[in-house]
Amino acid sequence: MAIPSAVRKISETIWELPVSYKEGMLVPARIYATEKLLREMDDGVFEQVTNVACLPGIVKYSYCMPDGHWGYGFPIGGMAAMDPGKGVISPGGIGFDINCGMRLVLTNLTYDEVRPRIRELVDALFYRVPAGVGSTGFVKLSHDEFCQVAEKGSRWCLRNGYAWPEDIEMTEEGGCFAGADASKISKKAMDRGYNQIGTLGSGNHYLEIQVARPENIHDPETARTFGITLPNQIVVMLHCGSRGFGHQVATDYLQLFLSVVERKYGIKVKDRELSCAPFNSPEGRDYFAAMKCAVNMAFANRQVIVHRIREVFSEFFNKSPEDLGMNMVYDVAHNTAKLEKHSVEGKRKELLIHRKGSTRAFGPGMEGIPACYSETGQPVIIGGSMETGSYLLAGMKTADQAFFTTAHGSGRTMSRHQAKKMIRGQKLQREMEERGIYVRTASWGGLAEEAGIAYKDIDSVAEATELAGLSRRIVRLLPVGNIKG
Amino acid sequence: MPFRYLQHIATADIAFEAWGKDLPELFRSAADAVTNTMVSDLESIAPGKKLEFDVSHEDLDLLLFNFLQELVYFKDAQKLLLRVPEVSITRGKSGYTLKASAFGEELDAEKHHLIVDVKAITLYRFAVRRVEKGWEATVVVDV
Repeated sequence: MAIPSAVRKISETIWELPVSYKEGMLVPARIYATEKLLREMDDGVFEQVTNVACLPGIVKYSYCMPDGHWGYGFPIGGMAAMDPGKGVISPGGIGFDINCGMRLVLTNLTYDEVRPRIRELVDALFYRVPAGVGSTGFVKLSHDEFCQVAEKGSRWCLRNGYAWPEDIEMTEEGGCFAGADASKISKKAMDRGYNQIGTLGSGNHYLEIQVARPENIHDPETARTFGITLPNQIVVMLHCGSRGFGHQVATDYLQLFLSVVERKYGIKVKDRELSCAPFNSPEGRDYFAAMKCAVNMAFANRQVIVHRIREVFSEFFNKSPEDLGMNMVYDVAHNTAKLEKHSVEGKRKELLIHRKGSTRAFGPGMEGIPACYSETGQPVIIGGSMETGSYLLAGMKTADQAFFTTAHGSGRTMSRHQAKKMIRGQKLQREMEERGIYVRTASWGGLAEEAGIAYKDIDSVAEATELAGLSRRIVRLLPVGNIKG
Repeated sequence: MPFRYLQHIATADIAFEAWGKDLPELFRSAADAVTNTMVSDLESIAPGKKLEFDVSHEDLDLLLFNFLQELVYFKDAQKLLLRVPEVSITRGKSGYTLKASAFGEELDAEKHHLIVDVKAITLYRFAVRRVEKGWEATVVVDV
């Protein structure tokens, strides 16, 4: 891909497109990447990150993280802070899968204990955690009960026996965005989502059993604080979101904003996927309250899945989940908009932070992270492809340059059709098993599409975030077993 | 097939182009392209259930957007994989109205080769065009 000639190098990991690059840009665009990652980015990144720079009320820069690639409206890896008084809220800055996110659960098992039975364990999880197109969950709810989930998130799970009290603390925002209002949700969104709690979905969503090998521990002390204490310790990682419910909330409000953005508010956007409304408007407030419902449903979804994972491990190893040490490391969202307080030119200001395929990464000593992580910074979970591995990182003080935000994954470099043309699902499964990774999938075609070759190098992405001072690597986690939706 | 998947528009998702000699044919083709994103063989969908729905919009392209979005809705809300053999479109003072007769059945992982869930129809590069031989559309779906 050709990098636009207007790109200016600010440092080894920061690249800037000035406001003169495109008519209407209110702030410069900043892309975090090594030169190699920047060269690999598709043209969509440069087009979209500069489109976002034109949105009313944007503060400082329009950002893109090192895993950036083309998205809808915002690039994936995009982040924009808006002045809540003058700025807008846009579903394109959050994504269709509202609160898609990552969760990491510990065990006190080692690779040697799990390896001989990995097939049976993955099979047991595969049968108990529904995955794939249109899958429905085991939690049966009425529409009224579902409204409770949407307004309370993980707290609903705690009340109904699907969560440990400490799980709530170990989830971003305590697993519940305050101010969610189910009356702002359409019946259609309800219909699509109320029976999907506890399901993975499909595409790049997964549940993975991973090992923390001693040679992959970058910072042993912080790793211990995060609960990685044993050589070759087994952990479980989860990647999924708000399912059909969140997708419909995003679609409903995209349609609403499309009808008011220019006609009512006189805002011209460069792309219909950037349709928006002033944050401080009836439409903006309604979307914010509805989006929070989807955020909360996603927290509850991941929580119910963790409940199921604990049940399966407990039955399988004949020990309680507590005795198996199945505590949560953390749960981080990577598709949200949230009001946060940050420093702008020396003053504390409340900002509406859109993160679209980017992760909050609060540094040491900051409010809003569990006390046990106050010295290390919050855990950040970056998911890689099912073949190559993932990272556990920690927030850094120097991430204030990007409103405490970092990457979310490795980012695709190959289209789904191209991957499917090159790779056959069954063959990939056999080859991965020979390499010690046992995979079960709801779809062979879907499996081929998620092959490691279709993704950016996760090591380069994680390293780039560290070089830029956004997040530091703590542990690289390798896949042992995977359930792909 | 009156549609083809495009390789280089959407790295992370699925893009397609659909066509027809008239608007109803274009809409039917686009519906098949959306369903075919989720299930590998359209012929495996038996006509077990029939349902009718209608959508409207003042703009033609957003009429197609709303129509395709219905298929995504029924997939989650009623677990239905649908084909839409009958589409009629009328144009009135306030825009377009579409009536659709669809058939299909509940998705079944044993029977249907399911591929990937469609989360949403997107407006990225979304376009409906009049061409020499009729109508064409470009659609990108989020999966």
